[in-house]
Amino acid sequence: MSKQISKAVRRVDAVDKASGRARYIADHDFGELLYARILRSERPRAVITGISKPEFPEGYYYIDARDIPEGGKNRIRIIKEDWPVFAEGEVRYIGETIALVVGPDREKVLELLSQITVTYEDREPATTIEEGLACKGGPIVGEDNLFGAYTLIKGDPDAAFKRAARVVEGTYRTGFQEHLYMETQGMVGTWEDGKLTLYASAQCPFYIRKSVAGVLGVEEAEIRVRQVTTGGAFGGKEHFPDVIATPLAVAVNKIHKPVQLIFDRDEDIPFTCKRHPSRITIRTALDARGNILGMDIDTVINAGGYESSSLIVLQRAILHGLGVYNIPSARVRGRAVATNTFPSDAFRGFGAPQGLYAIEVHMSQVARALGEQPAAFKRRYFIRKGDMTVTNATMKDNVILEEMFKAVDEMSGYTEKARAYENDPLRGIGIAFVNHGCGFTGNGEQEIIKSVVRMKRTGPHQAALYVSNVEMGQGLQTVLRKIAAKELGLDYTDIAYDNPDTDIVPDSGPTVASRSTMVVGYLIQECAKKLKDRWDEGIGVEAEQHYRHPEGLTWDQETFQGDAYPSYGWGINVIEVALDLVTYEVRTTGIWSAFDVGVPIDETIMAGQVSGGIIQAVGYAALEKCEVRDGMFYQRTMADYTIPTAVDFPEVKNVFLENPYPYGPSGARGAGELVFDAAAPAYVDAIQSLTGRNVYDLPVTPETIMGVLKR
Amino acid sequence: MKEITFTLNDETVRVTEDPLKRLLDVLREDLGMTGVKEGCGEGECGACSILLDGKLVNACMVPLGVVEGREVVTPEGLRETEKGKTLIEAFADTGAVQCGFCTPGMVMAAEALLEENADPSEEEIRQALSGNLCRCTGYDLIIKGVRAAAERGKELW
Repeated sequence: MSKQISKAVRRVDAVDKASGRARYIADHDFGELLYARILRSERPRAVITGISKPEFPEGYYYIDARDIPEGGKNRIRIIKEDWPVFAEGEVRYIGETIALVVGPDREKVLELLSQITVTYEDREPATTIEEGLACKGGPIVGEDNLFGAYTLIKGDPDAAFKRAARVVEGTYRTGFQEHLYMETQGMVGTWEDGKLTLYASAQCPFYIRKSVAGVLGVEEAEIRVRQVTTGGAFGGKEHFPDVIATPLAVAVNKIHKPVQLIFDRDEDIPFTCKRHPSRITIRTALDARGNILGMDIDTVINAGGYESSSLIVLQRAILHGLGVYNIPSARVRGRAVATNTFPSDAFRGFGAPQGLYAIEVHMSQVARALGEQPAAFKRRYFIRKGDMTVTNATMKDNVILEEMFKAVDEMSGYTEKARAYENDPLRGIGIAFVNHGCGFTGNGEQEIIKSVVRMKRTGPHQAALYVSNVEMGQGLQTVLRKIAAKELGLDYTDIAYDNPDTDIVPDSGPTVASRSTMVVGYLIQECAKKLKDRWDEGIGVEAEQHYRHPEGLTWDQETFQGDAYPSYGWGINVIEVALDLVTYEVRTTGIWSAFDVGVPIDETIMAGQVSGGIIQAVGYAALEKCEVRDGMFYQRTMADYTIPTAVDFPEVKNVFLENPYPYGPSGARGAGELVFDAAAPAYVDAIQSLTGRNVYDLPVTPETIMGVLKR
Repeated sequence: MKEITFTLNDETVRVTEDPLKRLLDVLREDLGMTGVKEGCGEGECGACSILLDGKLVNACMVPLGVVEGREVVTPEGLRETEKGKTLIEAFADTGAVQCGFCTPGMVMAAEALLEENADPSEEEIRQALSGNLCRCTGYDLIIKGVRAAAERGKELW
């Protein structure tokens, strides 16, 4: 790395965490605590006909919708207010919150919970994408069971298909994925100085504040949310904390005592949001020489029982539908279907991994159908600066995929191996190319988020920064300090940055969408410049910076036309595999990657993102099976739902190529999700190289491979 | 209820509790050892790794009664030793720590490994850490952390 900012520093949180001193939500002492447990629906779709409860002893509470104060509302403000805090009359999924049981003795709370009987009148559930689309049991929402549908059109796809000499088609399916952050969901609500205060393991303190204020019918400023050291999130602590904060707040509002709601792992796996399952059909129109004329893409995601952020996830899935390619004509359709499964929500990548998986595997299949090597075929269609995107705007990034390919090809030996393995039944190598839009879609940063950051001189050589973005493992507390310190000419350890408290920090937006380094980091950089100008005014001087949209970008939220993202991160993964013919187990023998994240703010922190993102994604591709049976997740423990261990995959060998982005701090782009996007399609491409046959669905288990080889 | 006596981080402790209570809960709630984390409660993730007579065990799978007369080391004890400090510094310097929830357990597992094998290969480190799950790092930088500790602590292990 040539830039000083990229040189690794020691993370500010490393020693406290490694020594066990860092305190997560379960480690704090709140004095006398009450414990809450959720009474959950046991049926995927039913009308509640009765609830019989035992006698509650003194000091024990049954909290439900009737405890929501006047002026409040039994709906969680996420995007749309459709998800109830407490089920009222009907339940739409197994695990839906019906009530809370609260009391001082945990065993007694569990005993009371077990003595409550809910009676149901069952309705016929729809639990798969197909059942949802068919409105099995009648629509759950609207008349067609769709939370929303979009169509993007570029060029003239109908004409392309009319002219086509050949059409290649495939349908690609991905499953649920559980975040499996090592620290389960957890929150403590207290009543402090007449104010309801929530201590949360969470990504978005202001989201929680907004949801709780809406449910209690009070001003947002009347609620205080304090993030505590968070043991992993990956999107799982973006909106889901609202689902537990709201009933907890109703309980604290009634009882006025501290109440803890922390999930056991055997609650966290079956009863929290997962990555949206998807079914994507792609048809490619080819001319007689094998050139792509156009594509038709039909994307459906399983949203589950309530909308949550599914439409935004769907938008990202279709906006990434053409991947890194300049396809002359395309129609990309997207639908988010309601079903009776646990509502799906944010997970690192937020729809992009599903869209990118489908296009990458499909492009490899088209290449193979034409007798070409996937990388050589794909490279011919790389989008370049100035080319039209799927939303009919020009690509603004200086795209360096060719240089990246050369770098990763040199490291991995991809081109030679791909040729050699064509006739090797025991080895395969795959490649995938991706980009990931940084920050909120379209003009979201400008119209919805409107971030503000603040800084203050706190000593002769010290400053503090105030943002609502959280450290959740990704290294943000170190990265933002480095950005501020560089401008102020201070050491990064002289910058203070506490876990955000909504009573103290301005709203710089949620910690999501690969926006914290690029968008918030840029605001910090600009804010630090202002503070530097005023430094000599003395200790206590403050500076503030408001978000400004980069110039030259357009977006129409009604028609989805224009610049979908201000910039993209770019990546390539190569994965090599070997087959054990006795067990049909595939061993991954090499993983290589090249990324353009603009300028990495810290090469070690970024290396951690790369390895972590890729290993999480090969887990998604090869191990992490999450099925639904009778409306319930079948894998319910860490023994059933297996994530990668230290022995499952080899070291990731990575190279960063610098390509500064003018509106990122020191040239940085977003990176946290990009690193997840390419590994699943690269893995499947490797399995296709190994078997010589097409593979469509994730995860690819030994059973899948046996089936493919027997075809 | 029964009085159980054991050595915790070099000090003798007496706890009057149900001997079937999980050692994890006794350590965290009765004795304030919150460096021991609960990740799964079923012996799968290793976040509650401790040393029991020098052997790596998951505190969630050990009933209190089992530790009578035995020696328990938690992250709170290990961090006061030279070996513990070397491991923690090495983890910090190599970027082995992200969300940190698995890290105290990883440090315990690394200590148990280095006691057995002071100069482990990458493969041996991977094997030794395979009972400790991490969702953030993909393990690469943790492996580097253990290697760095082994190199810096040649005199210690």
